[in-house]
Amino acid sequence: MVEWTEQERNIITSIFSNLDYDDVGPKALCRCLIVYPWTQRYFASFGNLYNADAIKTNPNIQTHGTRVLHGLDRAVKNMDNIKGTYAELSVLHSEKLHVDPDNFKLLADCLTIVIAAKMGSGFTPEMQATFQKFLAVVVSALGRQYH
Amino acid sequence: MSLTTKDKETVKAFWAKVAPKAEDIGQDALSRMLVVYPQTKTYFAHWKDLSPGSAPVKKHGATVMGGVADAVAKIDDLTSGLLNLSELHAFTLRVDPANFKILAHNILVVFAIRLPNDFTPEVHVAVDKFLAAVARALSEKYR
Repeated sequence: MVEWTEQERNIITSIFSNLDYDDVGPKALCRCLIVYPWTQRYFASFGNLYNADAIKTNPNIQTHGTRVLHGLDRAVKNMDNIKGTYAELSVLHSEKLHVDPDNFKLLADCLTIVIAAKMGSGFTPEMQATFQKFLAVVVSALGRQYH
Repeated sequence: MSLTTKDKETVKAFWAKVAPKAEDIGQDALSRMLVVYPQTKTYFAHWKDLSPGSAPVKKHGATVMGGVADAVAKIDDLTSGLLNLSELHAFTLRVDPANFKILAHNILVVFAIRLPNDFTPEVHVAVDKFLAAVARALSEKYR
């Protein structure tokens, strides 16, 4: 069972309440597809991903990036049971989407970097530690139902 | 995943913007590593103060970034260029190589914070590859 201090809960709620989902979500997904190009394997049906500019202007990536980021809302609202909250999504990623769970960490790292760029020095070491702890719990929960 | 000519050019161009803030960036990256990955503190038990911005962290952050700057200059042959540093890390410091990745991640986070407009995804991938290549060169002499 993951323990969260009052401060950690406040940090997570604060980061997400100040987030522009339509900007950060697509930016994080784009960065992941550019920095770790093998992740493009899951988006063969999305159209042109041939170079960084194509990825950044692809409308399917835009929509999907926003959707993925909103997917984190559930964890923010249920921090004391992220594992249970994501059981269904974990099954989806394993059985339907066939995503290698190692990829979750890659996207999480890209999200951290996008948030750092947005928040600047406001993204203190303590905030970074809390945010990365949160993402690590999410990543673990999403990999939980794989077999 | 070796460095292409384009990667090297991207890294050198980005480094020109990093260089004036290198010491600050090094200090920030090291501070973050010690806070976000507490297990890394085990390598610095001999320091009196491990808090962000402390004197030993400042000094060491500068040392580490000096090493990275050296690597940028020797980007065409990291293995022989970083030979001495590899021996240092292998035989004297004996830092578990998994930690190179951890420090690299924190350096990238600080690049994003300090140079948000320059640290584009295209620059990010080249720098990530570069830091991985540096880590490989540093691990050369381990066994």
